[in-house]
Amino acid sequence: MMTSHPLIRLLDRGSTLFLVLLAAFAIAIPVSNLLMPEGSALHLSTYFVALFGKYVCYGLLALSIDLIWGYVGILSLGHGAFFALGGYAMGMYLMRQIGTRGVYANPILPDFMVFLNWSELPFFWYGFNSFAYAMLMVLLVPGLLAFVFGWFAFRSRVTGVYLSIITQAMTYALLLGFFRNNFGFGGNNGLTDFKDILGFNVQAEGTRNALLVTSCIALAVCFLICRAIVTSKFGKVLIGIRDAESRTRFLGYRVEAYKLFVFTVSACMAGVAGALYVPQVGIINPGEFAPGNSIEAVIWVAVGGRGTLTGAVLGAFVVNYAKTFFTSGALAPYWLFMLGGLFIGTTLFLPRGIIGTYNNWRAGHADKAEAKAAEGASAGGGASPAQPSAAE
Amino acid sequence: MGKFRDRILAIVFAIGLIVSAAGLAHAGPYEDALEKLTTDDYADTADAVTAVATSGNPMAAPLIAALQDGRLQFSAKDKKVFIKTVDDKLIDAETGKPFDGAPPDDLDAVRVNNRLRGVIDAANGALTLMAPDAAKRYESAQAVFKSRDAAVLPAVEKALEAEKIPRVKKVLTEARAAILLGADDTSPADKIAAINIIRDRGDQDSLALIESLPADTPAEVRAAATAASAQIQRNLAIWNTVQNLWYGLSLGSVLLLAAIGLAITFGVMGVINMAHGEMVMLGAYVTYVVQEIIRTRYPGLFDYSLAIALPLAFIFSAAVGIAIERSVIRFLYGRPLETLLATWGISLVLQQAVRVAFGPTNKEVGNPSWMSGAFDLGGILITYNRMWIILFTGIVFAALLAMLRFTRLGLEMRAVTQNRQMAAAVGIRTARIDALTFGLGSGIAGLAGVALSQIDNVSPNLGQGYIIDSFMVVVFGGVGNLWGTLVGALTLGIANKFLEPFAGAVLAKIAILVFIILFIQKRPRGMFALKGRAIEA
Repeated sequence: MMTSHPLIRLLDRGSTLFLVLLAAFAIAIPVSNLLMPEGSALHLSTYFVALFGKYVCYGLLALSIDLIWGYVGILSLGHGAFFALGGYAMGMYLMRQIGTRGVYANPILPDFMVFLNWSELPFFWYGFNSFAYAMLMVLLVPGLLAFVFGWFAFRSRVTGVYLSIITQAMTYALLLGFFRNNFGFGGNNGLTDFKDILGFNVQAEGTRNALLVTSCIALAVCFLICRAIVTSKFGKVLIGIRDAESRTRFLGYRVEAYKLFVFTVSACMAGVAGALYVPQVGIINPGEFAPGNSIEAVIWVAVGGRGTLTGAVLGAFVVNYAKTFFTSGALAPYWLFMLGGLFIGTTLFLPRGIIGTYNNWRAGHADKAEAKAAEGASAGGGASPAQPSAAE
Repeated sequence: MGKFRDRILAIVFAIGLIVSAAGLAHAGPYEDALEKLTTDDYADTADAVTAVATSGNPMAAPLIAALQDGRLQFSAKDKKVFIKTVDDKLIDAETGKPFDGAPPDDLDAVRVNNRLRGVIDAANGALTLMAPDAAKRYESAQAVFKSRDAAVLPAVEKALEAEKIPRVKKVLTEARAAILLGADDTSPADKIAAINIIRDRGDQDSLALIESLPADTPAEVRAAATAASAQIQRNLAIWNTVQNLWYGLSLGSVLLLAAIGLAITFGVMGVINMAHGEMVMLGAYVTYVVQEIIRTRYPGLFDYSLAIALPLAFIFSAAVGIAIERSVIRFLYGRPLETLLATWGISLVLQQAVRVAFGPTNKEVGNPSWMSGAFDLGGILITYNRMWIILFTGIVFAALLAMLRFTRLGLEMRAVTQNRQMAAAVGIRTARIDALTFGLGSGIAGLAGVALSQIDNVSPNLGQGYIIDSFMVVVFGGVGNLWGTLVGALTLGIANKFLEPFAGAVLAKIAILVFIILFIQKRPRGMFALKGRAIEA
């Protein structure tokens, strides 16, 4: 494991495999959708392109959660808020692109503002007709919120379940706010009826495939950033914080600064995921802020295996594919039982998730002694060390 | 021959009747008023209504009621007024007897406009001022106070003489004062006396009345009015605060009821139970089922349905809670974040189970008679259901404190909370205590569900609405401290209600959430944190 070259450290076997699979995915789907003739066994309908594009965005959201939960032990139940904020930033850009094609044909104001009798654009909508500005906001708004929130929270050492609860309160407060019409983001209905992005029709097959490929690239880039963080010396400190926060602090590391940095990076990634998600599903509404969504995203990470990065993405794909599969059939009323069962079953029987269990099993085959060490490390993982002192 | 004579007699008799009826028509104010009702003119109708109301005729009340409901018909040609009954029969308004002839062909309803409605209300007020039922007299005196129609003054004064009950007498005096204040021919001294009477009444209506004095009011009257209005405003501000406090207390007690079970499981055991809201929901559904059984089998017991539901809800929720603890949570002690996820899963399962069993729609849970209605206390309106919930919350809280303090189970619970190993070492079966504690917390959530079924929609999502608020209360109040939960719940409830008038309900809620998020930064362990020297994390 102690390879000297940073690039080799960055790309271990699992990561390389992941990137190769992702690249294959990003190439195979557009090829199958655009080049294969309709009716051919290899042809994939546009519905699936949009669906898989959505999964890739969920994968990116899961990755951002894994970075802070798996490596720093911060369980955020409000990451859906960063996702949604990124989505709203993109949605605002897309709304401005509608121009005079809206129902009221107002060149400046989106339909819902005309409907509410607003005479001019609120100041926070300025600039969103520029794509570059909107993309900046996609990173900046979630990042800034995470920075401010984290700055307060980590400095006063709010940890463990307390942090989880207040992140949940944060997304809940945003949910309530965005539901209001006078907040200026379309209220209940959110932002929808998008026409085009960068001049391309969002409904067109080509655009959908391009968005899918862009999402895959974003996922790959973010994955590499995460790998770079966790494999560096910085990452070692993060794992130290996860396993023994006080000890790390006593060693002289400024724990809150480390946490704040990673939390902010993670929020930006969630924002990017949301921004890519919105043009592919065609709507963003306050429902994305619902606390349930954030918790659901956490379970993707748990299913795939936290602290593995690849597992988070895998978990997002597996759980969401199962969701699509079950909710579209006769089994729909039972999906929530399954999702609930997944929460319970994963935490009880598969605490390391799919990838974590697999890694463990492989390590067990390779070297029994090493397996024992690994078990010691992962059993002490997460926020579990917080418990003995909290109970006193 | 005999037949002919009979016929003559009948005609003579009939003519006699008509003549005498015509004579009667001009005999009193009531009959004069009736004629005015046939002119189809609003001003005439208004005069007529006032005249009818003060005429003392027994037909006055049904006539005005008919006018109000649009059932009063007139024929301009015959100069006759009819009351149409609900089943479309005509009654002669003059005699009160059913009219069995052919209805006149120009029959039309007496029209009413907004000004007339005011006159009708005043007339109704005057009519019922003398009603045998004291509550009716009280109502009508209030109506007169609001309408302050000078025409009813004689009726008010007559009623005032006859009135025995002080409560009604007071309102009559106020009504009289209101009329006098508005009348042009009242002397300034009387007006000032009237202002003082109205000032002592002190509600929003009195304020409007005093502030609506015409411009040509004498200076001394005006001065008295200004002073009185200032005093009323001060009083109203105080009552407004009291009302906000009451609403806040009511909201706070609901929060407390929902959070108190959580305070036990989260505070005492350190277990994050995201399914806590579902325990509340189950309690509400137990109430629903109990009421359904009572409705179909024993309708007479309906008023006792809540009393029957309470123990059942406690037992049911507690049993579900213990089952959850034994089957899931006990394997996750020491892993709070995993507990959080697992219990979230449980909450999804429970919600969906209820949705499958009872359907996704809201269920109707009725208020027993002793929980519906309201009464006035000073300047505020108190609804019985809110009052009972506040009382109930107090009882539950006190019982829980007493249980923790005085029973063996409570002692053991506290021992396990403080030092698990030591408690186990002295022979307490900690696993059993864990299960019972969790059952207790869940059972109390079930009790909360019974109470919430009275003020909230009973649907599978009921619990979701309370879970975040409950966590806020527990975290804000301080974990592991029931008094902290009490103070936290009441503070948040009252703060919410005081913010609402300025910010609206949603913004108030957001403000509270932001406040708690900031507060936790300042005091990460809540208002009443357990002090200790152990490092955290």
